[in-house]
Amino acid sequence: MSVPANLKYTADHEWIALEGDVATVGITQHAQEELTDIVFVELPEVGRECEEEEAIAVVESVKAASDIYAPLAGEILEGNADLEADPALVNTDPHGKGWIFKMKVKDLADVEALMDADAYTSHIGG
Amino acid sequence: MSDQEIKSTPLESLHIELGGKMVPFAGWNMPVQYTSNMDEHTAVRDAVGIFDISHMGQFFLRGAGAEEWLNGILANDVNKLAIGEAQYTFMLNEQGGVIDDLIIYRFGDDKIFLVVNASMIDEDFAWLNKHLTDGLTLTNESDAWAGMAVQGPDAVAAYAKLFPTRELPKRNGIDKWDQDGSTFIVCRTGYTGEDGFELFTSAEQGATWFKNFVDAGAKPCGLGARDSLRLEVCYPLNGSDLSPERTPVQAGLGFFCALDKEFIGRDVLKKQKEEGMKERLVAIKYTGKGAPPRPHYGVFTKDGEQIGELSSGVFSPSLKEGIGMGYLPVKFAKIGTEVDIDVRGRKFPGKVVKKPFYKKD
Repeated sequence: MSVPANLKYTADHEWIALEGDVATVGITQHAQEELTDIVFVELPEVGRECEEEEAIAVVESVKAASDIYAPLAGEILEGNADLEADPALVNTDPHGKGWIFKMKVKDLADVEALMDADAYTSHIGG
Repeated sequence: MSDQEIKSTPLESLHIELGGKMVPFAGWNMPVQYTSNMDEHTAVRDAVGIFDISHMGQFFLRGAGAEEWLNGILANDVNKLAIGEAQYTFMLNEQGGVIDDLIIYRFGDDKIFLVVNASMIDEDFAWLNKHLTDGLTLTNESDAWAGMAVQGPDAVAAYAKLFPTRELPKRNGIDKWDQDGSTFIVCRTGYTGEDGFELFTSAEQGATWFKNFVDAGAKPCGLGARDSLRLEVCYPLNGSDLSPERTPVQAGLGFFCALDKEFIGRDVLKKQKEEGMKERLVAIKYTGKGAPPRPHYGVFTKDGEQIGELSSGVFSPSLKEGIGMGYLPVKFAKIGTEVDIDVRGRKFPGKVVKKPFYKKD
């Protein structure tokens, strides 16, 4: 199971890549394997201010819709427009081209509360 | 169902061994998918897949006059059912609403096998018993049987491989024999719009034969693929597209109701046929990309008035489009009527289309 060491993670199976105060967020390899066959991604609204754990996007497989949460408080900067044409990128490249949104993190101290790769690996029973 | 224990089919441990993701369905622990809903769906359209249908109910009706009695209970005409054939039919309440849709098999004079929906076993059995007349015996043998549906263009070849000395019956035909100490029943029918058959055998033999078909090339398929396959061909799901408040005529299934004979609910159906009805079950397809339609999503006019909700909905793996069915007032039920589907407050455009969504070339 691929759990890249350079990323942070949430218990809801999202990954976070930080560059300055900008976080890129997607769902993990484990999450996409569980969901399978992603056919639609509802992207968050650009400019939206959100609290930590607020449901802001939706990933849908053939069978079910799953909420995506803001991993941290902040402001949405961009949604991955490529997913509108090709939502399956979340399945084929969850940690890369399948990223879902970028956000400006309100308080970088909150990042400390996220899991590192080791913690996430044990979270998924790896 | 919440106060009841979840039931297991004889194939449960095999599903887990094959990687099935198990979910509760109609009180049963069933595989929703193994690897991918999409791959399983495609396997049935292009090759062959196999589904566990052991959760469905099996009743036997025996005794002189079984056919005549059943003809007064069920909507389709039992007199048109020859020995060695199966028939799709409805059990209706006095208001013409659907208690269940089922398939009856005629093995011989006075010998009928009924296959009913898993969630309706107790209710159907009680309903039939309530009306049962002297001299007839109805038994619920659901726990004694395992069932599997083998579906897809290569289903016939899989059958020939495992039963080289037997010929698969023609469409809706049945066969019954004893082998390895168990009875086998096969019917050339299914719930996917593909060629194929449903095979019933003893609960003890079930896992062996399911495995045999998998080894012969049938892809194990879960309830997810079963739902998307049946919806592409507009086969109704009881409890969603059919309900005690809706008649088969409203559901567009009047073909399976013989209004020229007496049966429970007939008068309501006849009246609807003659005088028309308020709402009909229609097929709705997205006209663009959008969030997959799902049951209970609202259906709106272009002016924003809600006119109904989806009874079924799915992203169609064959068509790569959102498809669904729902009851709409007849004035909106015309082919080509433009509607909006409400998904979490966002509207996605669709239109009423001809059934089925998918037709084999």
